[in-house]
Amino acid sequence: MKSLEELLAIKEKAQAQIAARDADGNDGIRIVVGMATCGIAAGARPVLKALTDEIAKRNVKNVSVTQTGCIGMCQYEPIVEVFEPGKDKVTYVQVNAEKAVKIVTDHIVNGKPVIEYTVGAVTE
Amino acid sequence: MRELSLNILDIAQNSISAGASLTEILVKENTAEKTLLIGIYDNGKGMSEEQVKNVQDPFFTTRTTRKVGMGIPLFKLAAEQTGGSFKITSELGVGTRVDALFKTDSIDFTPLGDIAATVSTIVSMNEDKDFVYTRSVDEKDFVFKSADIKKILDGVPLSEPSVINWIEDYIRENTEQLFD
Repeated sequence: MKSLEELLAIKEKAQAQIAARDADGNDGIRIVVGMATCGIAAGARPVLKALTDEIAKRNVKNVSVTQTGCIGMCQYEPIVEVFEPGKDKVTYVQVNAEKAVKIVTDHIVNGKPVIEYTVGAVTE
Repeated sequence: MRELSLNILDIAQNSISAGASLTEILVKENTAEKTLLIGIYDNGKGMSEEQVKNVQDPFFTTRTTRKVGMGIPLFKLAAEQTGGSFKITSELGVGTRVDALFKTDSIDFTPLGDIAATVSTIVSMNEDKDFVYTRSVDEKDFVFKSADIKKILDGVPLSEPSVINWIEDYIRENTEQLFD
């Protein structure tokens, strides 16, 4: 059974990690998931969860996952956008939990965008 | 929507967009009467009478990118198709209350789905807002307040993956107790 004491332990561990992260600077990658009616109906919630889980599992630093409203291409939802400082935005479309994991491992961790999941490749 | 909890995720987003500092989510089940009440109550900027009418119309939206807004109409339909009911009341400057009543024995009843994932998503993605989630089954209830969690976290963001997972499991386990 989860307890509030357990949360206290999680807090202490997280505080140490945050301190280490701040020391590394804060110019990280931003991942944005479309979570309007269209995105949610298409399965954005498990995508968001898969992204945060994979990032946590691989202990990737300097990456934030946030949500946004309707991106304007509802038929391609769930949509995930990756903003990397100094690089063009990459827009992934029709993402599911499995694709989300690959986006984290290939793009976020290894720096190679997954071209076949991008809006350019899918709408071709 | 495949789960009512996804409708909740969607409707709660309206409260956040309306600038609500506090949003309450109620999921109340009555097993004898076979009903499920979902309430989403906020202290956001509220709506005029005309806006309340408009948001229930699928061909209305405040968005400028397109001409349809499906959030409220989908939720309303999900309730009414079970033989239940749907109500929005709102007051400018005070807030909005959405109540949807479902008949759980209807063949058209959409399952509640993963409400723990929904609540943890809402709470963790909106650090600066407060949420109270109440899950009630007959006489028993479980109340989750994001303000209490933030107090314990003492500055550690709710969006930390370990925190999100804890919230989700905490809600899940406490909900299971309600059915014992």
